[in-house]
Amino acid sequence: MDALQIVFLLTSLVILAASVAVVTVRNLIHAALSLIVALFGVAVLFVLLEAGFLAAVQVVLYIGAIAILIIFAIMLTRRVMQDTSTQTNAMWWVSAVMAVVLMAALAWLFMPGMSPLTFAITPLVPPADSLARLGASFVDPNQYALPFEVASILLLMAMVGSIVIAGEKK
Amino acid sequence: MDIAKLLNDPVNELAKLLTGLLAGMGLPSALITTILLIIGVVAIGTFCLLLPLFLIWFERRVVARMQDRVGPNRVGWQGSLQTIADALKLIIKEDITPIGADVIVYNISPILSVVAIITMWAVIPFAINIVGTTLNVGALYIVSVGSLGTLAIMMGGWASNNKYALLGAFRTVAQLVSYEVPMLLSLLVPVILARSMEMNKIVGEQSIWFVIAAPIATLIFFATSVAEVGRTPFDLLEAESEIVAGFHIEYTGMKFAMFFVAEFMHAFTVGSLTAVLFLGGWRGPWAEEIPLLGIVYFMLKSFAGYFLVILMRASLPRIRIDHMLDLCWKFLTPLALGAIVITLLFDKLGPALLNVEYARWVGPDYMFARAGLLLLGNLLLGLITLYILSSEARRQRRAAEGEPAADHAAHGGHDEHGHGDEGHGHAAPTHAPAH
Repeated sequence: MDALQIVFLLTSLVILAASVAVVTVRNLIHAALSLIVALFGVAVLFVLLEAGFLAAVQVVLYIGAIAILIIFAIMLTRRVMQDTSTQTNAMWWVSAVMAVVLMAALAWLFMPGMSPLTFAITPLVPPADSLARLGASFVDPNQYALPFEVASILLLMAMVGSIVIAGEKK
Repeated sequence: MDIAKLLNDPVNELAKLLTGLLAGMGLPSALITTILLIIGVVAIGTFCLLLPLFLIWFERRVVARMQDRVGPNRVGWQGSLQTIADALKLIIKEDITPIGADVIVYNISPILSVVAIITMWAVIPFAINIVGTTLNVGALYIVSVGSLGTLAIMMGGWASNNKYALLGAFRTVAQLVSYEVPMLLSLLVPVILARSMEMNKIVGEQSIWFVIAAPIATLIFFATSVAEVGRTPFDLLEAESEIVAGFHIEYTGMKFAMFFVAEFMHAFTVGSLTAVLFLGGWRGPWAEEIPLLGIVYFMLKSFAGYFLVILMRASLPRIRIDHMLDLCWKFLTPLALGAIVITLLFDKLGPALLNVEYARWVGPDYMFARAGLLLLGNLLLGLITLYILSSEARRQRRAAEGEPAADHAAHGGHDEHGHGDEGHGHAAPTHAPAH
């Protein structure tokens, strides 16, 4: 076991523990903070995979924006900060079944011996200019220009919509 | 051991010396690298924690001079040891945790706020070959680590179990998250100009400082960074007259000191980042041959930026919260977008007009033409902005002066809408005689 594997295992443990905490902790703020720990762990996994850009974006977007918005929403919502609310609703067993099915499917897909897929495991050698290539592929019509533009328009629509909803009523 | 070499490039020579020493003891090379990395982390961390001792004294003296006072001048030479005495006092103070506080979150918050600043310094280049780590997403990393500071303030404000602290935390989110938008946008301009997000490459591309080619982006970056620190005129997070001290109201002793250290170090980091991104970082005469000189240049530029932050703090009043948000969303964000468009447009227009390839256009042959053209674009954008601002101000002044009664009637006495106009109404009488 080399250092990379130890780091990976530790990170995975932290992510799993934090994820469990997100859904089991009674205090909503603590749940949100656990979510941040889990998201940060994912950023560490990105670093381990030599995807520095994704790691930085993960921290900026998920921790810097989304998690803080979640905390803000919790703080501004009346009476959800008390620890008395129930943690489950009538649909809890549906999500439990879905989670088990998903887990089983993933295990079946990736377990050596059982998997219908064949994997060729190659060592990870990221190109030196991976960031520049990522940027170029977004605007290259032969690669991802269309999905990139579609996503941009979707975000723009969401932004305009939120401004309309939040705007002053004339 | 060559003394001249050591003086020339102390950090790398010491690292080489230590590597040789450890290799002589028979340690494996992976372990030696780890040890050197840890030493580097400890060195930068110590630098970040010790520098505020000086910064606090420096700032107090400068502000005192501006306000016609003396400032701390008793402990040590010219009071230079005053901060150490203060730190000692803070260490031996009682550590109070308020009743009902969330103990874990309450204690993590000051640590996180300092960590967020120190980790920023991992990618800031001190000299051509003295940089914590070379990250190809350096500029983005700075922003992402900076957002952890927001989180720390949020956690501290909530965990204190204090209404004022919570209000301070709310203001923080409104301010820091909104000002992150124009800051990120203005950060894109040097990235576009350098065609890289790596901090040392951004410095390396500045044969002509980017402040020449992108003066508007420089101003936006500096202003938004000051807002990110929460310094005057953007210190609504801790407005004493309204919310006592904001998010750190309940913190005592060393925990309060950590927020304090983080704030001062952040203010200095603003100066350093402005220096790295726009003022050429370590660049200067002979900086490439003698890295030690690079450190000197970098520090001088950083302190110039920091000095400007102090001057702003000592001379500007706090702005009101609606003005603060208006400034961000209605002025800085569109202007930053405009600066990006102008930069892209003129950077492509130049080679098209002169009929040269882009690779040559960004090279040393055309560096003056490129900087000049971009400066022209920025001037154009500045003039357009000034025109729009002045015509808008004229419109508002007319509305306030000309028919105040009709103005009121038009709004139908809506309190919410009147809020924004109220300020202009007050401002109008003082402005009126001048025009």
